[in-house]
Amino acid sequence: MAHRPTGRTPRGEVLLSLRGISKNFGAVSALTGIDLDVHAGEVVALVGDNGAGKSTLVKVLAGVHQPTSGTITFQGRPVTMASPSAALDLGIATVFQDLALCENLDVVANIFLGQELNPLRLDEVAMEVRAWTLLHELAARIPSVREPIASLSGGQRQTVAIARSLLMDPRIIMLDEPTAALGVAQTAEVLNLVERVREKGLGVIMISHNMEDVRAVADRIVVLRLGRNNGVFTPDASNQELVGAITGATDNAVSRREGRIQAGRAQAEDAL
Amino acid sequence: MTEPKIQLDRGDSRVTHATGLGGTIRAFFNRVKAGDLGSLPVVVGLAIIWSVFTALNPIFLSPNNLVNLLFDCSTVGIIALGIVCVLMLGEIDLSVGSMSGVGSAMVGVLWVGQGVPLPVAIGVALGLGALIGAAYATLRNRLGMPSFVSTLSGLLALLGLQLYMLGSTGSINLPYGSGFVNFGQLLMMPAWLSYALALVPGVVMVASGLRTNARRRAANLSAGSSGGLLLKAAITTAVLVAVVAYLNLGRGLPWMFGLFVGLVVVMDYALTRTQWGRSMKAVGGNAEAARRAGINVRRIYISAFMLCSMFAALGGVMSSARLASASQQAGTGDVNLNAIAAAVIGGTSLFGGRGSAWAALLGIIVIQSIANGLTLLNLSSSLRYMITGGVLAIAVIVDSLARQSRQSHGRA
Ligand SMILES: Nc1ncnc2c1ncn2[C@@H]1O[C@H](COP(=O)(O)OP(=O)(O)OP(=O)(O)O)[C@@H](O)[C@H]1O
Ligand SMILES: [Mg+2]
Repeated sequence: MAHRPTGRTPRGEVLLSLRGISKNFGAVSALTGIDLDVHAGEVVALVGDNGAGKSTLVKVLAGVHQPTSGTITFQGRPVTMASPSAALDLGIATVFQDLALCENLDVVANIFLGQELNPLRLDEVAMEVRAWTLLHELAARIPSVREPIASLSGGQRQTVAIARSLLMDPRIIMLDEPTAALGVAQTAEVLNLVERVREKGLGVIMISHNMEDVRAVADRIVVLRLGRNNGVFTPDASNQELVGAITGATDNAVSRREGRIQAGRAQAEDAL
Repeated sequence: MTEPKIQLDRGDSRVTHATGLGGTIRAFFNRVKAGDLGSLPVVVGLAIIWSVFTALNPIFLSPNNLVNLLFDCSTVGIIALGIVCVLMLGEIDLSVGSMSGVGSAMVGVLWVGQGVPLPVAIGVALGLGALIGAAYATLRNRLGMPSFVSTLSGLLALLGLQLYMLGSTGSINLPYGSGFVNFGQLLMMPAWLSYALALVPGVVMVASGLRTNARRRAANLSAGSSGGLLLKAAITTAVLVAVVAYLNLGRGLPWMFGLFVGLVVVMDYALTRTQWGRSMKAVGGNAEAARRAGINVRRIYISAFMLCSMFAALGGVMSSARLASASQQAGTGDVNLNAIAAAVIGGTSLFGGRGSAWAALLGIIVIQSIANGLTLLNLSSSLRYMITGGVLAIAVIVDSLARQSRQSHGRA
């Protein structure tokens, strides 16, 4: 962690700011002119349909992909994330949708990958203790941290990936569908964790398809549609508005159902 | 009365934990069943090979034949050590034979031909190896050239360089009686030193094992049983002392083999106890995940290929001492395949992400035992090649089967 900017950003101030980020994969424009701000102590939910470009945006911020155009400002300074290690050095930690774990290594090795304690004489005991502490914080159900990742269930792997993102005391955590494979208790723990992280003044970007989870923790909901910004909402926005922004349609099963419910309610009120 | 505090890693009641001596042994059998074979197939294979050859010709097991065997193991074994590094990344270097030939030619031409001091000549050989390895890695990193192709062209180019260096004479004899040639043919450790060295692994095992156990207990982690530790150390020490005693019935323990084992120990430490070794395994297992974890994947490739070519050059230097000559034949024939076969037979996976430095040692003993035994039976090299090829095929089959079994048992 060579040139990590010192000093925390006071909560409420802009931590990360994207302007006009575009990313093309050959003929496909996965992202077009994306603007996004993340404040310290804020949870931003990123929602959108499959293929909307959410993961691509996260990968741009994680240094995995280079943006085709646009600027990224981090703590007031323009930055380029030339590689994942550059993003990690800035304090941007990511839980990727595909988790990016090494199946042949055990849990401890995966959590500490690239950040091993004592590089010339690995301190296995200290690493194992720290790994267990992180996993307990997430209410992880992991039988043994000395088994290769290949032997873990999907949710257990997800927990390991989340634990890894917490290891290095980041400024921003990006979680790409962190609860997709998690059980009830573990989902609750991750949402708790998101709140705790926010309390500490970190910025959080969370991607999820589960509107309940999103409403539970998000301060702002940013909608992407076909690679473009399609509205910013507060958690008390109605389902209809959100679904409309996500799908781009005002007439669909969800909005019709919402309509029926509201109509029913109106009738009930009339009857009184 | 307070509840005993649950150890950090024993919170899950579904996991059976090995406790005490019996547990250690049971855990071993379970691992093997799940396809985590470790070095078991090699040890079994070696026992079979040695029994067959001893039955066919009792000289095979004579102390002095085994001493010869160790000399032969050292040269190709050092090359195999480099192969372990590239296989760990799921890559291959097919040019190690030619590289070793260039290494031996370098000693001949510079030291004997030009009168350059020997250490400088060896240094130049290693430096050239480092350069060639860096070139392979750069081709891979920048141009995405598969190592299979770049090293195959390297094989031919380096062979050409070797022939060019040795010129019309075709071979250069190294002076008999020089310390260098003695090192490759005669020099033995004093008996007391070989016995002392045989005790070291057991002592280190117990000392570091007890220390780790104490630290783990202090950190509220489960610790292995001291009984199992002592048993392992006792068996290791007994075996090593027996081997050394037997070799000392003959000429003793060669210094050159000592050098080889020393390199194996250093590489084993580097691969298992350092960040670099961890990164090597990670890149071999999932290069993209390693990159996203902030590992400089390109640098890992460069280090592995450089080490591989340098070990190949060193192996060539040692073989010139062994043969007391640098010839056009050095490094040709079966050297290439033997080095690769040794690493695979020893248990380094061709699929990347698995392997150990000890694989080079175990594997090369198997390969050289076969070569040595067949030579004792006066069999021609044609048959030797066929049998070595067959053994390599078997080793790869075992590797593939073990991989499938690991996948179905979730051990990747
Ligand atoms: N490496 C790539 N090469 C080419 N196209 C890509 C690549 N990665 C993503 N895309 C394209 O970019 C678009 C956005 O993909 P992305 O993975 O960001 O979607 P997403 O919003 O995360 O969807 P999901 O909810 O399914 O995870 C898709 O059309 C996809 O095909
Ligand atoms: Mg996605």
